[in-house]
Amino acid sequence: MTLTEPNIAATAKVTTLDARALKCPMPIVKTAQAIKTIASGELLEVLATDPGATADFAAWSRSTGNELVEQTIVDGVYRFVLRRK
Amino acid sequence: MVDPAEEPISLVLFSGTEDRLTAAAVLTAGAAALGRPVHIFLQYWALDAFRANRINERRPLSPEAGPEGTAAVEQMRAAGQQPWVETLRMAKDIGEVDIQACSLSMDLLQLSADQLDPIVDGVEGVAAFYVNAGGGQVVFI
Repeated sequence: MTLTEPNIAATAKVTTLDARALKCPMPIVKTAQAIKTIASGELLEVLATDPGATADFAAWSRSTGNELVEQTIVDGVYRFVLRRK
Repeated sequence: MVDPAEEPISLVLFSGTEDRLTAAAVLTAGAAALGRPVHIFLQYWALDAFRANRINERRPLSPEAGPEGTAAVEQMRAAGQQPWVETLRMAKDIGEVDIQACSLSMDLLQLSADQLDPIVDGVEGVAAFYVNAGGGQVVFI
């Protein structure tokens, strides 16, 4: 699955946050900042390379109620798509 | 009942070594990103690190760091890891982070409130610290 898949891309505006090379906890901190800049229902795509990212984004999504719509890993880069609640 | 996701986390910062301050700043930023309130209580050598004229200084590492650990920390710093105080500032920016100086440690170090960096929100005693901690976890660093 990729972000360009029509059912995702067509439904809402997507903002991208490049958090590659950032170390824990910065990907989550930057995500918490970025999610506030988009409207409810819009999507935030985050790219990260921190090895804890999979666990962290799942936990962050559960805890904050912002839905983790999609997650993939391509060439060592994690890609998360979150929908602001 | 408080939603566990919103329970406060209270950190007692005792050590003024750079590695422990960095670890504390990371824990604080993570909690703030989750929307959990964080209370920080500064005691002893940690409080010393929050003096306005020292907060940007490099601090020694814990003894167990040794030469190998020291080199690893230097490498991470060279790779662009920001200083612990910047991580704390970021945490305050995104969440609810309250930083209080322990009044006993203020006496010990003969400090007045105006000598502390403005990142410190105030001075309190141990009773106020516990009341603010409520039913949340308390971590000693």
